[in-house]
Amino acid sequence: MAPPRRPSDESSSLINATGNPSSLLLLGGTSDIALAIARKYARRGGLRVVLAARPGERRTAAAAELSGLGCRVAEVDLDARDHASHAATIEAAFAEGDIDVAVVAFGLLGDAEQAWQDAEHALELAEVNYAAPVHLGVLLAERLKAQAHGVIVALSSVAGERVRRSNFVYGSTKAGFDGFYLGLGEALRGTGVRVLVVRPGFVKSKMTDGLDEAPLAATPEEVADATVDAVAARRELIWVPVPMRFVMSGLRHVPRPLFRKLPL
Amino acid sequence: MNAFPAAPLGNDLDLPHIRPSEIEQQPPIPQRLVEIHGWGRAAGAMSHLHGIESVADAVSALRSSAGRGVTPRGLGRSYGDAAQNSGGATLDLTHLDKILAVDVAAEPATVTVQAGVSIDTLMKALLPFGLWVPVLPGTRQVTIGGAIAADVHGKNHHTQGSFGNHVRSLDLLTPDGSVRTLTRPAGGSWEGLDDDGRLFWTTIGGMGLTGAIVAAVVELQRVETAYFTVDTDRCSDIDDLMARMSEGDEDYNYSVAWFDAVTRGKHMGRAVLTRGDKARLSQLEPKQRRDPLKFAAPSFGTIPEVFPNRMVNKLTAKAFSEFWYRKAPQHRVGELQNITQFFHPLDIVAEWNRLYGPNGFLQYQFAVPFDEPETFKRCFEMIVTSGHLSCLNVLKRFGPGNLSPLSFPMPGWTLTVDLPIEAGLDRLCDALDEEVVGAGGRVYLAKDSRLTAQRFRQMYPRLDDFLSVRNAVDPQHLFSSDLARRLEI
Repeated sequence: MAPPRRPSDESSSLINATGNPSSLLLLGGTSDIALAIARKYARRGGLRVVLAARPGERRTAAAAELSGLGCRVAEVDLDARDHASHAATIEAAFAEGDIDVAVVAFGLLGDAEQAWQDAEHALELAEVNYAAPVHLGVLLAERLKAQAHGVIVALSSVAGERVRRSNFVYGSTKAGFDGFYLGLGEALRGTGVRVLVVRPGFVKSKMTDGLDEAPLAATPEEVADATVDAVAARRELIWVPVPMRFVMSGLRHVPRPLFRKLPL
Repeated sequence: MNAFPAAPLGNDLDLPHIRPSEIEQQPPIPQRLVEIHGWGRAAGAMSHLHGIESVADAVSALRSSAGRGVTPRGLGRSYGDAAQNSGGATLDLTHLDKILAVDVAAEPATVTVQAGVSIDTLMKALLPFGLWVPVLPGTRQVTIGGAIAADVHGKNHHTQGSFGNHVRSLDLLTPDGSVRTLTRPAGGSWEGLDDDGRLFWTTIGGMGLTGAIVAAVVELQRVETAYFTVDTDRCSDIDDLMARMSEGDEDYNYSVAWFDAVTRGKHMGRAVLTRGDKARLSQLEPKQRRDPLKFAAPSFGTIPEVFPNRMVNKLTAKAFSEFWYRKAPQHRVGELQNITQFFHPLDIVAEWNRLYGPNGFLQYQFAVPFDEPETFKRCFEMIVTSGHLSCLNVLKRFGPGNLSPLSFPMPGWTLTVDLPIEAGLDRLCDALDEEVVGAGGRVYLAKDSRLTAQRFRQMYPRLDDFLSVRNAVDPQHLFSSDLARRLEI
């Protein structure tokens, strides 16, 4: 028998030899970025997609679009704030077989000023952006570990890398999210399951509709392109666009008195 | 002459019958979670690897498999994911490596082997008797079980068919824990076969999904020498090559062509055609006659795991293709070649797949019917002009297929290329799939690592025959694999 190619702590996936999955789970199945990723993988034909999202027009429209692209689509209910429902969501997501790539894409930007002064709104952000991804992440990891292959794509944000005054409630949830999924990736080494954390900068999507565009803004398609390449290349952490990595690396080290004067 | 005890054929050969009620009494066997991968080294899998020393071990592994089933595995020469089972159990059958009996006197002579015996071992054991394994794939490092499960073919497919055609009977460990001896049925049509006959042919080319082959009786050919008389021709382009093969292949038992898949322009598709037959004793040089059955298979060592990606690049691929073409004579008749020269030039070095670096490679092999030569040439041109580089390219004419529902060979042209994994390769292969499906052709599952379930169904129209047999013998799909899950078999 040919010896293993890599030390066994390096993980693998059923993603085929040319980097394409045959099944895709979108947690937050109506997210612009998640759908852009699905469209990219769907180009190949024969892709099975599980759309986990709140039932409604947007999910129906997303399912119709992906079916039109030749995907076999299953819709699954996901309510981020109803923690008791999560186990059933994950169960349903795996009902038709293995999942090769699972994208954790749901999230809430919220209103930054309201969020730190309205306890309810702050809790909502914390639950949707952190508690639910952690809860679902553990359930997801359990299933993927059993099948011993698969990639979790965790859509994080540079907002969590250095939390800024201007949107610190959101930023703090993303900081926790980011830390959890990076850690999960480490914990899953040697199981065959991988985690890719994607840190986009400002993304022009329905989440940011009406906000002024920030520098180094990206489109959902650009995030999807980078994500698909990173999955194929077995990356663990990427920034989109790439220069954002160096911008954030700089910002992380700016002293607090100076940082608060920056127009961020 | 007969060094092995003549034993009755069938399964009283060290193959205990184990009833389902006894399965519970089998002790658990050692297993470990390791990464395994196909010969292409792309897309590996984490799997519980069970070292199988006996049929009882295999039964025990069946019992302990939870949820994700078991996959039989031999020497791991399938290029893709046929012999891996992520999250489940993979049975390493290479320790079932006994040659149980040789019947030299029978016509044809036969050998009874456990499934883990390699073709290399078997050839070395049989040559002193003047016996020859009738079908040799591109490497001798495959097990008999694997050769049957993938229904491998060789350079003599147009005259001898695939490996399965030469299997007289096989012992199959089925999911219920019993070993069934299946004998090749006489009938020539699927409709006329009984259940055992159908299970026999479904196991051939069945990719290990009907059970684990644990032993087989294989029919052999006779040889006077271990040499081949070989005629070599350089062909200026693909039309020239296809014309020469169509005209002359029937005059030879063995025929294959290497072609240049890198050079474009007027030399596009230039090729070296080699055809030959077993050499008779009278054809050998006096020196060779002293030991005519000598197994000449030198090994120049093992390729170390040091090569980066992109070792196969424009420069090396062009240089290799130029060299391989130029080193062949324009036209040479009757050259004597040994086994390695003629069949397995790559076996001179072990682990040659490491040359492709950590990203690995995939082998794309397809076949299209004879009445689709234009599709065949179009696929060829798509590969050459794609910018993806392949050095080891093989073209051959297949003869008739057999009764196996998932066997690859079909009457027509087959072409194989080795492509390093690089960006855009998926699009090339998907485009080729479309052409191949359109022409009523198919790709070879033993080499596949990327086909979609949808395309697979289009390529293998007898899938329903396969499924009806497989679902009867294994309704729970205890035998599965990453390939089976990917193709939704």
